[in-house]
Amino acid sequence: MNETLLARYAECLFWLARYVERVENLARILDVNETFSRDSRGDQNWRSVVQLFADQERFSRRYDTIDADTVLDFYVRDVTNHTSIVSAMRAARENARTLRPMISTEMWTQLNVFYNRLSGLTADELAPGRRARLFGEIKEACQTHAGITEGTLYQDQGWHFYQMGRFLERADQTTRLLDMKYHLLLPKPSDVSSYLDVSQWNALLRSVAGYHAYRRVHPRGISPARVAGFLLLDKRFPRSVHLCIRQVEVLLSELKARYALRGGQGAAEELDGLRGLLDSLGIARILAEGLHEFLDSVQLRLITVSGDLSASFFGQ
Amino acid sequence: MRLVLQTYSPGAFYCEMLSSRAAGPIRDRLSALTIEALEQRAAAAEAELYNLGITFTVYSEKDAIDRILPFDVLPRVISAEEWRHIEAGVTQRITAINRLLHDIYHEQHILKDGVLPADLILGNANYRPAMQGIDLPYGCYVHICGTDLVRDEHGTFRVLEDNARTPSGVSYVIENRRLMLRAFPDLLDGIALREVDDYGLHLAAAMQEIAPAGMDNPSVVLLSPGTYNSAFFEHVFLAREMGVPLVEGRDLEVRDDRVWMRTTGGLAAVDVIYRRISDEFLDPECFRADSMLGVPGLMRAYRMGNVTLANAVGTGVADDKAVYAYMPRIIRYYLQQEPILANVETHICREPEALAFTLDHLADLVVKPVGESGGYGITIGPRASRQELEECRAKLLADPANYISQPCVRLSVSPTLVDGQIVPRHVDLRPFAITGKRTWVLPGGLTRVALREGSLIVNSSQGGGSKDTWVLE
Repeated sequence: MNETLLARYAECLFWLARYVERVENLARILDVNETFSRDSRGDQNWRSVVQLFADQERFSRRYDTIDADTVLDFYVRDVTNHTSIVSAMRAARENARTLRPMISTEMWTQLNVFYNRLSGLTADELAPGRRARLFGEIKEACQTHAGITEGTLYQDQGWHFYQMGRFLERADQTTRLLDMKYHLLLPKPSDVSSYLDVSQWNALLRSVAGYHAYRRVHPRGISPARVAGFLLLDKRFPRSVHLCIRQVEVLLSELKARYALRGGQGAAEELDGLRGLLDSLGIARILAEGLHEFLDSVQLRLITVSGDLSASFFGQ
Repeated sequence: MRLVLQTYSPGAFYCEMLSSRAAGPIRDRLSALTIEALEQRAAAAEAELYNLGITFTVYSEKDAIDRILPFDVLPRVISAEEWRHIEAGVTQRITAINRLLHDIYHEQHILKDGVLPADLILGNANYRPAMQGIDLPYGCYVHICGTDLVRDEHGTFRVLEDNARTPSGVSYVIENRRLMLRAFPDLLDGIALREVDDYGLHLAAAMQEIAPAGMDNPSVVLLSPGTYNSAFFEHVFLAREMGVPLVEGRDLEVRDDRVWMRTTGGLAAVDVIYRRISDEFLDPECFRADSMLGVPGLMRAYRMGNVTLANAVGTGVADDKAVYAYMPRIIRYYLQQEPILANVETHICREPEALAFTLDHLADLVVKPVGESGGYGITIGPRASRQELEECRAKLLADPANYISQPCVRLSVSPTLVDGQIVPRHVDLRPFAITGKRTWVLPGGLTRVALREGSLIVNSSQGGGSKDTWVLE
């Protein structure tokens, strides 16, 4: 009897993990864009964030200009924007509230305090000199959540759904982070990059805390193709799409085997197909066929996986 | 430097702190603290409640605001002897209430014998004909009861109200204690208190006991209206303490007259439901058809004996304010005992002499509508303006059966920290009792305090707070 899990709880665990992961990655994306925008190309760089999330229409309805202030307000503090950091954290907290019978008081308290902190954010804290510190604080709070979860969440079925949500979201967010800079790879992937490009890819790697890991795999030089290949295909980097997909695959098969759950077949097939692609396609071929298109197709597959999990296990 | 209790004076009221001999050692320790130190610790405790999300939600038109139940750090102390008396009285009362409900929903001897007017029961809005003839495990209807007690100027405990439907507040009892243990370890050092932490274990055990016969390992759930309910924190708390799923109506369904919950692996059987949804929302097939909170067909499964509900359906007829007036007679009728805990003297306005008396003494009496809870609709004679009294008179004359009246009890007070001062504030006490095979009463209960000066209304919706209640060993 204790082995059963309420379908709604499974769904809430899955989304709790997704929302916190989303908050962390959004902070990373905004943080890295802050670094990129130092090349003084006007508002273009902040526009790319809005384009990345296909939010142009919603954004222009609310703001007249696209600059650091408006974009950061929209994606950090704006409670009417359901994809802002504060909104995503609110959704995470609401899921956690529903899940309180299952999660530790420590998990709940940290999320509650963090949400209260974010909902009380002032515009001052997004001022140029203070942004980086705020993003650091947000990333750290998300990592604290991950740590408390690791240390306190009972590892039954629910844990599997939590972990699947986390890795699916992370895979998705890594593709988005890459997508933001795909245009830099458009000319010719094999070209020697300019100094500017190198510094931007460098910053991208650092934004996912991947610089040192990358260095271990590629001790010499930074090439855009290698960075893209690392973030997509590396089997050991915790934020690479390949590793995340592999994790979800393992979690799903464990879940089905240990708890005798039927369903999830569509998700398993989709994951298997996606991993097959990541295993067989090299980065050169992905770039030749178009990185943006490839990232799009990965995102669509991830949506299919999520939809099948929902239909199979969440009673939707 | 101002010391706690230095300038405190309870006036003419019975004081829970100063009048109690047993509270001496605690009084001494408190007296050594400064008000400033007390305030600092109170502020820290309040911040902790907010961080823990121990809140109830207040909805306005625009927002949902999480508020904490105001918590006063000065404890309310009950001696071992006083507690034995309360415990015995509460147990007696619940035994009688369960006997009454079983009788009402079976042969109705008490009505036939003329001890209770039949129309008071059969015409009661909370009487559920659907319950007629259903046999419940151990004949128990009220598994969880909260009995509201007050203390008069002589220090005598009296029952103000029985809460036999879905009484709430027990989570605060336990959280308040945890908070006090963290904020005032020195105050508690070496003082033997009765534990409150095992409430969840007692509740879980009782829920197992009342499962339909033949269930080896019954599956228990707690049914909540959901996260938007103002008591959601308590539902979470109880589900956690019991280790059972907290479900909503949409998680359950009835098939083949059995209740099932939707799990990741399909449907799983449910045997016992501790429901925190009122009768009328439980089953749209049987009660309110527009209920989105309930489970269609639940009453069918219940009548077949395939699921146990705690509390049973139809218990509201027993905690009605009009039936309350008959409680001493009900106790004598079923148990052949004198009530251990007295009622507050009550005039039932449906009776002509009582109505006449009430109208003649309106300025001295408290008039309460019988159907309301939460402290709403009450007129306190000595506090009312002439206009309020006239409005009350008009309501009484228009619908006398809807009202009872009681003398104004001079409620006991307890020293309370308000705006940097220690002042007397009126308190009540709601002990919680759990009944499966037998009745167990949680030592202490919820002490609610009316934070406004002179106010007698302790309900959280009306500016009340709470205190930790210390029952001494």
